[in-house]
Amino acid sequence: MTRIHLGMPAPPGAAPAFPDAAEHSTRDTTLRNNLRHATHTIRAKRAAAVAELADWGELRAAGAAIKDHTLRHLDHYLEQVEAAVTAAGGQVHWAVDAAEANAIVTRLVRETGEREVVKVKSMATQEIGLNEALAAAGITAYETDLAELIVQLGQDLPSHILVPAIHRNRAEIRDIFRTQMSRWGRPAPAGLTDEPAELAEAARLHLREKFLSAKVAVSGANFVVAETGTLVVVESEGNGRMCLTLPETLISVVGIEKVIPSWRDLEVFLQLLPRSSTAERMNPYTSMWTGVTDDDGPAAFHLVLLDNGRTDALADQVGRQALRCIRCSACLNVCPVYERAGGHAYGSAYPGPIGAILTPQLRGTVSALDASLPYASSLCGACYEVCPVAIDIPEVLVRLRERVVEGGPVTVRGTRAVIRPARGHAAERAAMRAARWAFEHPRALRAGQRLASRTRALHPRRLPGPGRAWTRSRDLPEVPAESFRDWWQRTRGDRGTA
Amino acid sequence: MRVALFVTCVNDTLYPRTGQAVVTLLERLGVEVDFPAAQTCCGQPQYNTGYRHESEPLLRHYAEVFAGYDHIVTPSGSCVAMVRDNYPRLGARARAEGRGGALAEAAASVVPRTYELTEFLVDVLGVTDVGAYYPHTVTYHPTCHGLRMLGLGDRPLALLRQVRGLRLVELAGADECCGFGGTFAVKNAAVSAAMGADKARAIDATGADVVCTVDNSCQTHIGGTLSRRGSAVRPVHLAEILASTEGRVL
Amino acid sequence: MSGRERILGRVRRALADVGEEHPGAAARGGAAHAGGEPGRDGTAPGGAPRDGVARDYLRVHGERTAAERVGLLATHLADYRAHVHRTDAAGLPGTLAALLAARGARRVAVPEGLPADWLSASAATPVPDTPALTARDLDAVDSVVTGCAVAIAETGTLVLDAGPGQGRRQLTLVPDHHVCVVHVPEQVVDSLPQALERLVPHRPLTWISGPSATSDIELSRVEGVHGPRALDVVLLSADASPTAPPSPR
Repeated sequence: MTRIHLGMPAPPGAAPAFPDAAEHSTRDTTLRNNLRHATHTIRAKRAAAVAELADWGELRAAGAAIKDHTLRHLDHYLEQVEAAVTAAGGQVHWAVDAAEANAIVTRLVRETGEREVVKVKSMATQEIGLNEALAAAGITAYETDLAELIVQLGQDLPSHILVPAIHRNRAEIRDIFRTQMSRWGRPAPAGLTDEPAELAEAARLHLREKFLSAKVAVSGANFVVAETGTLVVVESEGNGRMCLTLPETLISVVGIEKVIPSWRDLEVFLQLLPRSSTAERMNPYTSMWTGVTDDDGPAAFHLVLLDNGRTDALADQVGRQALRCIRCSACLNVCPVYERAGGHAYGSAYPGPIGAILTPQLRGTVSALDASLPYASSLCGACYEVCPVAIDIPEVLVRLRERVVEGGPVTVRGTRAVIRPARGHAAERAAMRAARWAFEHPRALRAGQRLASRTRALHPRRLPGPGRAWTRSRDLPEVPAESFRDWWQRTRGDRGTA
Repeated sequence: MRVALFVTCVNDTLYPRTGQAVVTLLERLGVEVDFPAAQTCCGQPQYNTGYRHESEPLLRHYAEVFAGYDHIVTPSGSCVAMVRDNYPRLGARARAEGRGGALAEAAASVVPRTYELTEFLVDVLGVTDVGAYYPHTVTYHPTCHGLRMLGLGDRPLALLRQVRGLRLVELAGADECCGFGGTFAVKNAAVSAAMGADKARAIDATGADVVCTVDNSCQTHIGGTLSRRGSAVRPVHLAEILASTEGRVL
Repeated sequence: MSGRERILGRVRRALADVGEEHPGAAARGGAAHAGGEPGRDGTAPGGAPRDGVARDYLRVHGERTAAERVGLLATHLADYRAHVHRTDAAGLPGTLAALLAARGARRVAVPEGLPADWLSASAATPVPDTPALTARDLDAVDSVVTGCAVAIAETGTLVLDAGPGQGRRQLTLVPDHHVCVVHVPEQVVDSLPQALERLVPHRPLTWISGPSATSDIELSRVEGVHGPRALDVVLLSADASPTAPPSPR
């Protein structure tokens, strides 16, 4: 079985499980400070931007309903997209997995005769590892989003959906620009400081030459409107506009769940996305294009529709709601686990709460990392509360935990299969069974409680074995001399035995 | 009004004082309380860890034990959330798997009758002043399931504000999870401990001598973290504060 | 089998259950839970599936007079660091000339269909937009003056649709200074839903809300990256005289 590629150089089988990665990252005080600062900055702003709209709840429900409706008729809408884009002068390609998508894009770039492409930040191309595939074919991909540029120059990995370099502070970014820009093109200006405006200016100068000379661009899309064949990209910097309008050839790689049925549906999503994402009323630039336009923008347009595990997620009645995601990253910004562990611990292009439910569905729960992701949450529900399309992330996390420990019917690469429970949970399973048995037999529970009470003087402050994970950072509560049920029996034994 | 106390397995075993406080409080308010002795656990630990099939018998058990009561009151937001949100899901999944509607019916029978303590006080009894006296500086941590799944909102604070002698101080970042999360606390111990440490620091910074919640499972984590840090702040369940009077501070 | 057939086949197999179930549990209490949505076979006349979405959100967030609408647009544009100016037809050439002079603009890109008298008072050399004008050519241009298709008060957004007086998309992208003239109140709508109704999807559309910006460094907003770093918006009213002369920055 080929593994589904999800945007990390190391195969997921080799990547550490989430708790092991987090064991290290939680001790990285610079990382902790950077993430705390950035996520707390955006939280209050998002709340204020959302509070401006009295109808947020209705918009959110409509966003969820439109996405659910689209997913329910996805075959119809994909065919409609294909027809509309083709009619507008574009070409549509279908990629079942990352390898197919990478092969299609590589071939399309080669057909132009070019060896360089400029890229708009795109989760889908991150997911499929397009840059690495192009590099293997001798084609250089230049990331043009500021944060993606920071990541690319720093030979780093993205750690956030909206702000891939969120784990870097301004001083680190300045150092990366100073030492690395000259290796890719125009060097950083002399005397560059860590003022964000100066850093942005350095990126402007560095990339301008690339924009002016690029003949091929690769993008993703935030939305594809089925009835018109219109693609939509929302962005802030203008690098998106540069890539979408200056080159001769534009290749857009888009997950099949990005489709929305009608032009009118944009009125919902263009209100939900910017406020959830950058906490703005509207992001600085939104580009919409339909096929090709004479004398304005690229003369050739290719749309690559990507599955890569999405239809597997679609087959799960609980898990499919993850496909509503519009990649706003609000869930990352409020997640207490993301804030402390950082994005890299999730081992995927999709970090944070949404990553914890998307990655195991796209990739499966075979590797230690992927099987650990559904547990990378305290189920506090902050993600669900802010999600603009009402994905009940805790519900899907629990569903995926079930898939890990109980196994059961799943769809893997388009084929229905019954999977076995993951290894490594035998002791836990036995404990859960024993607890369930005791809870079905109140007398057994009472006997256990009495034993604990009688031996309370002997209880250690720190536990051995699995209990060590608790007592390493926390004291244990004292077991009382008498359980509640014994107290009740002793004081009011004749009542309430109904 | 037939009111049953669902004390929860955690309170039964580790925090009997909380259960006793609920009985004291409700009886003081003129409510006759029963404790069906066959009760055990709502099944949340199993369900949230992924053992859906292990939690099903506990749903059935809960429904049997509490059949016939008008109100089931429990001093745990988390356990109520299990009943209200997850019992119907267990029922729906069983039905979708072709195993009939019995589980869904059992769930439907208990959902409307199950109340978190502050819901019962404020919504059913219609009281916020329960005649309590508690001479301490208290900060309140709204636990996640109470805050976001049940939407308890202002209820616990409304009750605390009416307690005589009590000085209520605000907790910074109150809506952030303490890091307990059931088996999360052990499976992801490093992240859980980091969250707990931040919560404990925020609690210490309030200057309170008591931190109050409506969930003793979270309190176990918060209290254990505070204690390990050498903090003097004591974790106390809201029920114990509300049950306290001039004559008897719990 | 082609990728197309494989993907469509997988989608159809994945949805085998939806005759009875909705795809994904919807928001608690949300519209999609309301039932009544047709089964997978439910289609509206013409073969398109009925979406059954409760669109009970607001078309407009608040009732406003035309003047209030324009005022809100100005406020929201300024919130995102666009510079807003007001004038009338008689004052427009002077206003534009002053804005270009304040930037020291020597060459200004001019889209096809821009009214000839708009730049009549400016000393800058006009560079007409033609398909032959390359991005590199535009990189040597200081400013661009355009109109727009519609402006949205609630979000502080200008939408350009490449129509007369707006030019090709790159015209308003490569030069570092964009002056956009909005006819008020007729080009101003309250809300985003109203703007979409006015726009033609098949035209290339550029929505602009303030100058280029980024939040990529520590999630703090900084204006000015690749697009124009200066955005002047001139609210052009048919009758009213300018309340204040444009102030050079």
